[in-house]
Amino acid sequence: MNLILFTFIVLLGFTSYYFGRRKAYTIQSTNKRLTALPQFYGYYLAIWCAIPAFIIFSLWAIFEPTIVKLLILSDYSNQGYLDDELNLIYEKTKALSRGQFTGEITPFIEASAEKYLSLRSIAQSSKAVIVLSIIIASVAYAYKKISSNSRTREPVEKFLKAVLFTASLAAILTTVGIVFSLIFQTIDFFKVIPLFDFVFGTHWYPAKAFVRDSSEALDPTMYSDTFGAVPIFAGTFFIAFIAMCVAIPIGLMSGIYLAEYASVKVRQYAKPLIEILAGIPTVVYGFFAALTVGPFLKEIGNSMGLDVSAESALAAGGVMGIMIIPFISSLSDDVITSVPQSLRDGSYAMGATKSETIKKVIFPAALPGIVGSILLGVSRAIGETMIVVMASGLAANLTLNPLESTSTITAQIVVILIGDQAFGDPKTQAAFALGMSLFLVTLCLNIVALRVVKKYREKYE
Amino acid sequence: MNKNKEQLLNKRYKAEKRFRLYGQSAIFMALLFLTIFIFKIFSTGYSAFQKTWLIVPVTFDTELMMLEQNPSKEDLKDADYYDIALKSMADLDPNANEDQENELKRMVSYFFEREIKRELLNDPSLIGKTKDVYLTASDDLDQVFKGNYPRDLPEDQRRVTDYQLKIFDQLVELGKVESKFNLSFFTYPDSREAELAGIASSFMGSIFSILVCLMIAFPVAVLAAIYLEEFAPKNRFTDFIEVNINNLAAVPSIVFGLLGLGILLAVFQLPRSTPLVGGITLSLMTLPTIIIACRASLKAVPPSIREAALAMGASKMQTTMHHTVPLSMPGTLSGTIIGLAQALGETAPLILIGMVAFVNTIPGSPLDPAASLPVQIYIWAESAERGFVEKVSACIMVLLGFLIIMNLFAQIIRHKFEKKWS
Repeated sequence: MNLILFTFIVLLGFTSYYFGRRKAYTIQSTNKRLTALPQFYGYYLAIWCAIPAFIIFSLWAIFEPTIVKLLILSDYSNQGYLDDELNLIYEKTKALSRGQFTGEITPFIEASAEKYLSLRSIAQSSKAVIVLSIIIASVAYAYKKISSNSRTREPVEKFLKAVLFTASLAAILTTVGIVFSLIFQTIDFFKVIPLFDFVFGTHWYPAKAFVRDSSEALDPTMYSDTFGAVPIFAGTFFIAFIAMCVAIPIGLMSGIYLAEYASVKVRQYAKPLIEILAGIPTVVYGFFAALTVGPFLKEIGNSMGLDVSAESALAAGGVMGIMIIPFISSLSDDVITSVPQSLRDGSYAMGATKSETIKKVIFPAALPGIVGSILLGVSRAIGETMIVVMASGLAANLTLNPLESTSTITAQIVVILIGDQAFGDPKTQAAFALGMSLFLVTLCLNIVALRVVKKYREKYE
Repeated sequence: MNKNKEQLLNKRYKAEKRFRLYGQSAIFMALLFLTIFIFKIFSTGYSAFQKTWLIVPVTFDTELMMLEQNPSKEDLKDADYYDIALKSMADLDPNANEDQENELKRMVSYFFEREIKRELLNDPSLIGKTKDVYLTASDDLDQVFKGNYPRDLPEDQRRVTDYQLKIFDQLVELGKVESKFNLSFFTYPDSREAELAGIASSFMGSIFSILVCLMIAFPVAVLAAIYLEEFAPKNRFTDFIEVNINNLAAVPSIVFGLLGLGILLAVFQLPRSTPLVGGITLSLMTLPTIIIACRASLKAVPPSIREAALAMGASKMQTTMHHTVPLSMPGTLSGTIIGLAQALGETAPLILIGMVAFVNTIPGSPLDPAASLPVQIYIWAESAERGFVEKVSACIMVLLGFLIIMNLFAQIIRHKFEKKWS
């Protein structure tokens, strides 16, 4: 039904374009001067035909279920049902009306189901009637406008501009969506778990919150010592630190080499090859870390008499570092190349060697940009998920030993939310609280990094 | 004095050489990692493209199949194949006791009944006769045949029994074990049994997700980029939009997964585990990438084009839509493809919206539950069975293959169609 109506509106839109344009030609044939190209007459009519109809159509689709539900449940309003029970009644009614109901059918439900069906059919037909009359009214209005040869290009272009503007709001909407999806669950979480316990607690055992049965779910005392996020934060920064220990020296040195030393030919091949590392999906790195690097480190450690866990922070962090090399190398390459040649020439003229020039002139000049690129790398490392999930442990140990397993914010989110989850359960909410802290940390890093890089660019452009 | 100077100079030159060497070794290390990485994936994965078959003589005995004389095609479809399948496996060793018969049965996949049925349906004249049928070997024997299985382990530590190995070795000697191209890896959906697991379901899941992602992200991103680059006034609001876009590009992907879970699933009640939700989530992630690419290529169109169009009397909107945007398309398209390639490799957000559920049917629309290729890699990598290791690597090879093709395509579009303005 909806699909038919939808297609119908689209078809009408095309037809009105055709009629609008034809009207323009007839006006032209009476030797009157057109105010715009004929197709704008068509666009004008088509927009007036389709857009109001679509607005009504979608508003209807949004509000119809709510209104029908209210009408159905109004029969039960004075009988002292709880909200959950009312919802259940409504679900049963819908199931019965679709003929998919399997339980015991009570006369009440049967009556509601009949009412539901009749309401739906009334709604469907009145929707069709309203949409069609809206189309007729708006097309008539637009046709009159066209016939009196008033302006059409300006309204059409204004409309297009409005569409463009709306599209550009998508980025803001996404940010708002992220904040919204995180904030409510986070607030609920902190109603049960005090913020202090979350930020300073040193024990993280979300599984403990799960095994209890749901009747005691709202007793806050049982969650003490369950959601202390210190081990998680520590693990996150520790793994990120290991990753940066690999990525900064290698990334920075290859960036410098590519920018200052490499011949055109080496640069032409080496740069894209290194950038391949950035294009490999992280799940592949995770598999590599878990299958190859982890056991390899364990073997080496055992041969040296060390006790190395197969899922060590070192394996995850090291492989993550490899993943981040290209980010740092290509960003610092860009930054170094944009240092003005005059600085180099000045330094060479004073008799400095190339490496002295790099260390004493170019590096300080490029430092803000390099710091920016490193910050972006850190933000990547903190937000990286799959490598940690697959290669480092899932138990949250508070440790600074790189050979033991640790867990991170991202890995815990995945562990908690994999499989079915119940909203309203503190464990699920904990995942959103972790997500919120991850979002805030990376947001700060990104804003600082982008600002630093931008400032730097402005300096030399 | 002079000697001192020379020493100093030598020291400086040495430092210069050392520094250069650091740079070279950094590049070398990066490339070494890449090589090890690719070598490792290929060396563990190539064998998954071969599959081991046991050639077993099967007698299509009408009595065991509960068939009457001259059965119709329908009868053949409904017939009981389990008994003849079991019997033909048991016949491999005439002296086998009951336990050993069970072990014999476990030498092939549980699809053996279906494989025998297919053989007969293809050629109904086989009734009452005996024919050699290709049966999929169990994943452990498959690994034994490929030489990936440590045979010298004590018997209680491996899943293949000594008896199975003995029979298997006899079959190998008789030439009754064959390795052929593993077509079922591409045509079968996921399975708990490594020898029957394929990538068809996750592949279709990936395709649907990417299509949904493309259909949402591309139009919205291009329209947004056009507005920001061509029409937006310079004010605080447009600055705010810009900051938003740049930040979104650097938000960790898992946060988008939380968005999908908290908004798309919880508020809008969209169906879980479906490529539709996956595609929408991915499209939000890809949006900033495409916007940035499209803006860059709009910026690269020289002002002279716009000025010429405006001078001919075109409106701002006409100039943009008829001249600027078409000229910027190659850059936009290649940016879009690169964004989609990123989305194709994304795992974490899809896990959060439930695309890790075990799906053993091939999805036919974006509304059917599905996995995606990277999620399939994750699922298989978490399985303990030895047979899955090579499958993971093979799946990675397929995924990397797609990413390479997409990136090459983006390069070609950029180089072939992009106008160089000088």
